Formats: sequence, C-alpha cells, structure tokens
Amino acid sequence: MVGLVLASLVLITVSFRSTALDSIQGAGASALRPFETAATRVAHPFRDAASWTRGLFNAKSENKKLRAQLDYWRQVANREQVAVGENATFRKLLHFEDSPLFPQDYRPVAARVLTNPPSTFTQTITIAAGSGAGVAVQDVVVTPDGLVGQVTKVSSSVSRVLLITDPESAVSAVDANPAHPGAVGLLERGSAGGGQLSLDRVTKDKTVQEGDTIVTAGSPGNGQLPSIFPRGILIGTVTSAGQNDIDLFKQIQVQPFVDLGSLQSVIVLVPKAKP
Amino acid sequence: MTFDVVKAAVLVFVAALVQVSILSAYSPLGGSANLVLVVLLSLALLRGSLFGAAAGFAAGLVIDTANLDTLGFTSLLLTLAGYWIGRYGETTARDRFHAPYTSVGVVTVLYAFGTLGLRFVLGDAAPAGAVLGAVPASLLLNLILTLPVYGLVRRLFPPLELADRVHEVRLLA
Repeated sequence: MVGLVLASLVLITVSFRSTALDSIQGAGASALRPFETAATRVAHPFRDAASWTRGLFNAKSENKKLRAQLDYWRQVANREQVAVGENATFRKLLHFEDSPLFPQDYRPVAARVLTNPPSTFTQTITIAAGSGAGVAVQDVVVTPDGLVGQVTKVSSSVSRVLLITDPESAVSAVDANPAHPGAVGLLERGSAGGGQLSLDRVTKDKTVQEGDTIVTAGSPGNGQLPSIFPRGILIGTVTSAGQNDIDLFKQIQVQPFVDLGSLQSVIVLVPKAKP
Repeated sequence: MTFDVVKAAVLVFVAALVQVSILSAYSPLGGSANLVLVVLLSLALLRGSLFGAAAGFAAGLVIDTANLDTLGFTSLLLTLAGYWIGRYGETTARDRFHAPYTSVGVVTVLYAFGTLGLRFVLGDAAPAGAVLGAVPASLLLNLILTLPVYGLVRRLFPPLELADRVHEVRLLA
C-alpha cells in the first residue's frame, strides 16, 4: 500500500515537473485508442435513440422557430454578401496587413473525440489526431457550431484539448453586432457554472445587449504576441449583460453555441503557414 | 487468487473505458456518475485492502493515460480509497447490508474534496463552488449505480470463506 502511494507521488512529481513521461503516456493513450473508439461505437446507437426520442417531442415547435430564423438569416446573408465584396475591395485598396484569417489560412483536421471532460475541475477532452496528422500545441479546435478550445498536449496519434470552459482558458472575444462596435473583452469560465462563460474586461462605455453574438477577436495586425485564436470564430450568444457602480467592467454572461459536455467529433485548425 | 486478479483487471479496465468514453459525456442534474469508483469500492469490500489499493492504482493509471492528464493523480486518490474501504470491508463492514452504500456515499464526498485539495496543492485551478455544487448529484448517481454494480461484482467475486480471510480483524462484540 505504501509502495503504491509512493509510486503515485513519484508519477505525479515526474509528470508534473517534466516531460519525461509524455512519450510513455502518449504510447499508452495510443494503445487505448481502439478500445475507446469501440466503447464509443457501442454507445452510439443508444445515444442516437435518446436524441431521436427527445427530438420527436420538440420537432413541431422547433420547426416553426427554425423557419422564422431561416427567413431572418437569409436576409442577413444577402446583406453580408454585399459587405464581404466591398470589404475585399477596400482591403486591396488600402494594402491592409492582417493576422491569419479563418478559415482560409487554416487546414482542417477532423478528429473523433475519445474522452469527454473527466470532471468539473478538468475541462479537457482527448481527440484521435496527433502530431502524425500535423496537429501541434496551441492549434485551435472548433466544430461547425463554433469554438471548442485549443490543443495543449500532443502525442503521435492522440491530443488533449483544453475547452473554453476550463478555468485556465481565456479567449479574446468581441461582440459581433455591427451596431455595438468595439466591445472587446476576455472570455473566461463563468462563475455561475452550468457551462456558461463570462465576457470580462468590457468597459462600461460599450454597449452589449442580450442576444448579441460573441466571436473571437483575433489580433489586429501581426503583433509580437498575436492571439492564437483567429478572428471571427463563433463562440456564443449573450444571455445577460449588466453593470453596477462598484465594478469597473460590465458583467456579461455568454452561452456557448457548442455543447461542450458531449462532443463526438471536432475540427482542428492547423495553420497553413506555421509561425 | 490469480483468477481473481485477472477478473479484477478486466473489470477495472472495462469500467475505466466506459467512464472516460461514455459516462463522462453526461452530467444529469449537474453531477456525473463515477463507475470506476463504485466498481473499485465493491471490489475492495469483497477482497480487502491490498486488493483494493492495487485495483485503485491500476484504474487511476488507465484513466490518467486515457485523459492525457497528470500521471499518478487519479492513482493516488483511488489507491487510498481502495485501501481504506478494503480495511472497512475486513473489519466492521463484514456482512452489513448497508456497507456498499455507506462506502460509496462517504468516498464520493471525500473523493471530491481530495481532488480539490490535490489540485490546489499542484497549483491547478480548483473551483470549489462548482465542485461542491456537483457533489449532491454525483452522490445520488453513484448510490443509484451501487445496487446493480455491487450485485454484479459480488457475483464475480463471491465472499471468501473464513479460512481465506484469517488476516481480518474479528470483532468480538
């Protein structure tokens, strides 16, 4: 018993203070990968059945809501198509220098999620893509719905991804509503829990409204310390925005678009030109 | 005994895989069920402290490897949990109907505090509010799991005959 406790303490110390065990751990994770994939496949039909049953109950009301949204977004898309064309023209005219753009400056690597967040403490997942697929530490991870997080550890065929809901994660984000320009802040784990995020450091003179969409802010130009997250990745929607006399900044709660608790697959954005 | 070790290794491995690949994706009522903990405590109650400690160490290694987390972290907590409940099984818990439920209840709470403390010591983020808020739901889910899991483990590892457990402490009163 004492031997096992000592062995655990030695493992913690070595693993925490050096990278000596990383290759062994990576090999172990690669060996476990087929078993994890098999377990996920076995659970898949049950997960689908539960999701299908839930969908049946909400289908009618959801259909009505989505039709209304479709009409609205069709109009927005038409307007924005014109704006995108104008934007490209103006950039050329101004010889505008920019940081890497999403998605054209990145190569997508799709990967299956092997393990979901193990506990409330550690908001990390492991994915079935590693250095062999070109994935590196600090690569950005997304789904078609929006931002997931960043790669923090890589082995040959498995990587660990730190989710945006982890206490150690911070993302520079901005309100995408063109009526409220300049509301840039730092997106962190919300104190309310429940998978909510908090957009901090937004000064009181900026306007942010409930329902606004929050996207990654990226970094202006090619500075010495650019944000690892390219500009314009969807993050979530503002669920509450307020301020009081004591705090220097606004209190903004954001609900992520991605259901980070039950991810099944993700896309790693590998920069086409590594810095 | 060797057959017991093989059975336990397979059981713990499968439980760890189910935990990291399937169960961790769900958090009903804000908590999550910990199948590995329930299987480990059932094993420890039925086979004693050393068996429990070894199974806990192995289960922790599998979990930390699968999650690419700090190696030894989960092993340390599960080793202590397995040993402690194993001792409880060897002494006062013998033949008590409530022993599995008591063990799972107490260890679920202590495991949450242990994780919190260890993370704090290592300098990681340790959001006490979020963790303590999830404890009641996790406790409920683990207690619900205890009935079928302990039943299954008891079938696989029938209680030992008295001659096989002479090292145990026998209470006279």
